[in-house]
Order: sequence, then structure tokens, then C-alpha cells
Amino acid sequence: MTESTYNLLVLVFPVLVPLTLAAITAVLWRAPAAQRAVSIIGLGVIVGVSGLLTMAVLQYDILAVEFGSWAVPFGISFVADRLAVALVMITAILALCVGIFSLRDMRQTHIRGGFYPLFFGMITGVNGAFLTGDIFNLYVWFEVMLITSLGLLVIGRTKAQIDGAIKYALLNLFGTVLFLMAVGLLYGATGTLAFADLARILPTLEPTPGLVATAILFLCAFGIKAGVFPLFFWLPASYHTAPFTISAIFAGLLTKVGVYAVFRVFTLLFAVEASGIREIVAVVAALTMVTGVFGAAVQWNIRRILSFHIISQIGYMLMGLAVATPLAIAGAIFYIVHHIIVKANLFLLAGAIRHASGTDDLKKSGGLLKSHPWLAVLFVIPALSLAGLPPLSGFWAKFLVVDASFKGDMAWLAAAALFTGLLTLYSMTKIWMEAFWKEPGIERSQPRKIPFAMTAPIAVLGAITLTIGFYAEPFVQFAEQASITLLEPDVYIAAIFGAEAQVGEATALRSEP
Amino acid sequence: MTFVYAATIAILAGAGIYMILAQNVVRIVMGVALLAASANVLIFLSGRLGSVSPPIIPEGTDVLAQTAANPLPQALVLTAIVIGFALTAFGVALVYKAYRSLGTLDASAMHDAEDMGSPFTPSQAKQ
Repeated sequence: MTESTYNLLVLVFPVLVPLTLAAITAVLWRAPAAQRAVSIIGLGVIVGVSGLLTMAVLQYDILAVEFGSWAVPFGISFVADRLAVALVMITAILALCVGIFSLRDMRQTHIRGGFYPLFFGMITGVNGAFLTGDIFNLYVWFEVMLITSLGLLVIGRTKAQIDGAIKYALLNLFGTVLFLMAVGLLYGATGTLAFADLARILPTLEPTPGLVATAILFLCAFGIKAGVFPLFFWLPASYHTAPFTISAIFAGLLTKVGVYAVFRVFTLLFAVEASGIREIVAVVAALTMVTGVFGAAVQWNIRRILSFHIISQIGYMLMGLAVATPLAIAGAIFYIVHHIIVKANLFLLAGAIRHASGTDDLKKSGGLLKSHPWLAVLFVIPALSLAGLPPLSGFWAKFLVVDASFKGDMAWLAAAALFTGLLTLYSMTKIWMEAFWKEPGIERSQPRKIPFAMTAPIAVLGAITLTIGFYAEPFVQFAEQASITLLEPDVYIAAIFGAEAQVGEATALRSEP
Repeated sequence: MTFVYAATIAILAGAGIYMILAQNVVRIVMGVALLAASANVLIFLSGRLGSVSPPIIPEGTDVLAQTAANPLPQALVLTAIVIGFALTAFGVALVYKAYRSLGTLDASAMHDAEDMGSPFTPSQAKQ
């Protein structure tokens, strides 16, 4: 096997394997037990192939393949740099943990409703979005993700799910239309759709009103997907209605794909410094943090509290983009990885709390510290990590972005972040007090045991949080190296076009649009 | 000619946004479909409408003739139409299901998800 064939295979597997699994589980529609077995083996395979891709990227820094032997500006390419590969790897680990959790959480009706095919379809879309090197292809992966997540959201067909799905569907559909319009305008201005080619051509163009409008449309479209202020309303309206397994994978991955797209487009294609976008991103980041955390403070449903916290945490990631120094971008990348693990873990814990106490309404629950002390320990790890207490992963993540914004002359943004951290601690304390500490409303004679399939993934994700917290150094180094490909488009361009190509050098082959 | 296309896009997008602002969810779905149609025309216009000769390589040559139309926007629009069709179909089915189970098409009257754990209403665990 030659090197290029190997590169092609490792790059395509993280998309191909889940797609195949979606097909297999769809064929096994009437055999839920077989679907479960295939899924768990398949999720292990996804972790394996993502690991292979990670190793290849660690060796070569950046990998690229063009499909169908079409040269770059014409064909569609897949590109894996350190940021993309980190996210693919974390997606695989998360999918495995959530898949194990689903063994006990998903009911028979959910599996008969097509849970596993839709789940793998969503993983396909997420990995495709991370790996693609073409902006229109990114749109297609967004749509794959959207349609499968809609199916997952309404899988139980309850009233609340249908209500939530309507809001989720309509706002996200609007967002993808904006994305499509932005792609159209971008193509009209540049005549190309490949990221690497766009990164070469866009810096040479005058910032016309059309291009600025394109940038704003991209910001709005990805902002809806990422759930930033003031476009986040679909998120707390829908995430808490889905089954716990599904809301955990949504909370971990979907908004982060939007954040990833913002990072890709506003580092590689449009410079954040230019044309006031940086100020917009900074203000949006601050407002996202503050409104999210205030929204959480008044809620009493565990998952609604956590949903609002997703929003406030997205603000921290955008903060890194607003400051836009290498340290800030590295901090934001670290933040994304930390956040995916912690947030999904908290949603899984919400499922375990519901299983143990019979409700996810904090007013009714209680007494879990006495009946399930280990669950309390497992809850404390991600909860305090989310609030950013040392020595957990959230502390380093917050430290990096806050430190970067002080150094980048954006102290007000750092102040907003620290204030948000304090209120996050308030919400986590609220869950702790109400679910674990206080006397239960209804005394149970026989505490319900939490099955091993639920505690195991929670423990694994908690262990990852602890590992990132105690051995932060290699992760921070990785994030710093990952920020290089984002901040220096030349590295990305050279990986696609060869070392001699540079920003601003137009392709001779490129036809005039 | 460009003005006609631009006006078409503007009218379609304007009508779509007007429909999205409605309370009735059926109108909102139709509005999104109209907006998607305007995005498709926008892509088409972005690809420059000049030539009408089909982008087919003539026999005996290896390259497309200079006068041929740009085939890429057509491929993009085709993809976008297919995706838009699927999502609109899902949206219509979802709205129908909502009408059957929630008994209303008024977006502001749909609050079953909001009621879960809300601080403002007597909280009922509806699961």
C-alpha cells in the first residue's frame, strides 16, 4: 500500500465507517439486539480509525486528499489538520461513551424508531464537517447533521419533543439558508469553493460591501448553529426534551461544529481583524456568556440549566476568536475539547440522576448523596470543571482564554468571563444542593440502582477530565500547535497545493467566473 | 437582465422573510422554502449567466469550449434543491404531527417544552 493510498483511507474512514454502520443498522431495523451489538463494535472501530488518523496527523502535521483525482480547486478535498483531528478523535470517544450509555437509557420504542441509524448518520455528518476542505461540502455535512438530529430529537414523539423540534427545525433551517446564500455570494466573488483556494484568493480582493455582507451572513449562519447571543433560542427550547443519550451527544457535538466552522472561516478565509468583525465577535461573545448564565440561573430542570450553560460556554470559545492572538486561539481550541467532554458528561449525569431519583425537576429530587454517594463524586468532577475550579480541565481552559484577553487588551472581556464563571458555580451548586444534598421530597424505601452501563461512560469521561486537568501540558502544547495552522493560512495552502504556493498567487488553471 | 434576476431574488427573499415572521407554523415552513428558492437563484446568478450553450465537451477535443455555460452552479443548485426538498418535506411532516398532537398551528401557543422545569409555570414533569 503506497503512502497516498494510506492517507486516503485514514482520512476517509472516520466518515465512511459511521456511514457504513448507519446502513448496517438500518438493514437490521427489526433486530434491536443485533443493532446494539453492531453499534458497540462499530463505535470501537470508529475510535480505532480516528486514532490512526490522529497518529498520521501527528506525524505529517496536515493531511489532504482529493477525491476522484480532480485537482484541488475543481474537486472536493478532505483536509485533516490538528484542530480537525482533535475534534474527530474526541467525537469518536464521546460517541463510544454515549453508545454504551444508550444500552440502558434508550427504550425499545426508540430503537424501533431508528435510533442507531440516525445516531451513526449524525456522527457521519459531524466528522464530515470537521474533515472537509470545501465550503459547499461543509454545507452538505451541516444538512446531514441537521436532518439526522431532527430525527433523533422527535424519536419519542412526545408533545414536548415535537414542540422543541419545531423550534429547532425552523431556526436551523433558516440558518442553513443563510449559509447557502453566503456560499453563493462567496462563489460569485471568488469563483472557487475550496478552502485552500479561497484562502489564496480572498486576501487579494478589495473588501467590497458584497464580501462584508458574505462574512456577516457566515457569522449569522454559524452563529445560529453554535447558539450564540441573540440566535440561541432554539437550543434551550429543544435539548431538554430528547432522551438523555441523545441530548448528551447533541450537547457535546452539535454546537461545537458551528464553533469549528466559525473558527475555520474566520481564520482561514476572512481575517477577524478586518472590517469590524472582531468587535462584533467580542461583543457577541460577552453577551453570549452573560445571557446564557443568567438564563440558567432561573431554571429548575437539570437539562435546561445545562442547556443554558452550553450557550454561556460557547461565549468563552468565541472570546478566543475575538482576541485572535495565538495564545487565545490555542486557549479556545483547548476549551472546545474540554467542553465537549464535560458537557456531554453532565448530560449523561442528568440521565443518571433522573434514573436514580425518578425526576429531572430539581424541586422534586433530593437525597442522592445518601443513596448514591459515588454518583455525587462523579457529578462533582465535571460540575466543578465546568465552573473552572483548579486543578480540573475547565480551570486551564478558562485560564488560557482569560489570560489571553488580558494580554490582548480586552480586559472587559476577561471580566465578563470571570463573572460568568462565578455564576456557573452558582448553577452547579444549585444542582448539587437540590439533587444531592437536600432531603428528598418523596422518601424511597428502596433506592434505585444505577446500571453499570450508565456509570461506566460517566466515569470514563470524568477520568478524561481529570487527565486533562492534571496533565494539561501536552494538551496545551497540542492546542498551540493546532492554532498555527489556523493563524497561518500558508501552512494550510501548502498542504493542498504544494510548498511553493502562497497567499495571493492565483491559479493559472482557474477559469474566470 | 441581471436586474431582473436580482429583483426576482429580492422578491422571493422578501416574501420568504415576510412569511417567516408569521405566527402560523405552516406559513413559516413555506417562508423558509421560499427563502431557500431565492438562495438557489442567488447561486445561479453568482455563477454568471451569460452563455446558453450546454457545458458539454465537443467530440474530438479535451476541453470545454470557451462559450460554454459554467456547470458548477448548476451542480450546486441541484444539490441544494435536493437537500431543501428533503428538509421541507420533513418540516411539513413535523408541522402536521404537531397539529395532530399539540392541536394548534400557532407558534406562540406551543409551550410543552417550555413548561418543563420553567420557573414561571407550575412545574409538571412531562416526560
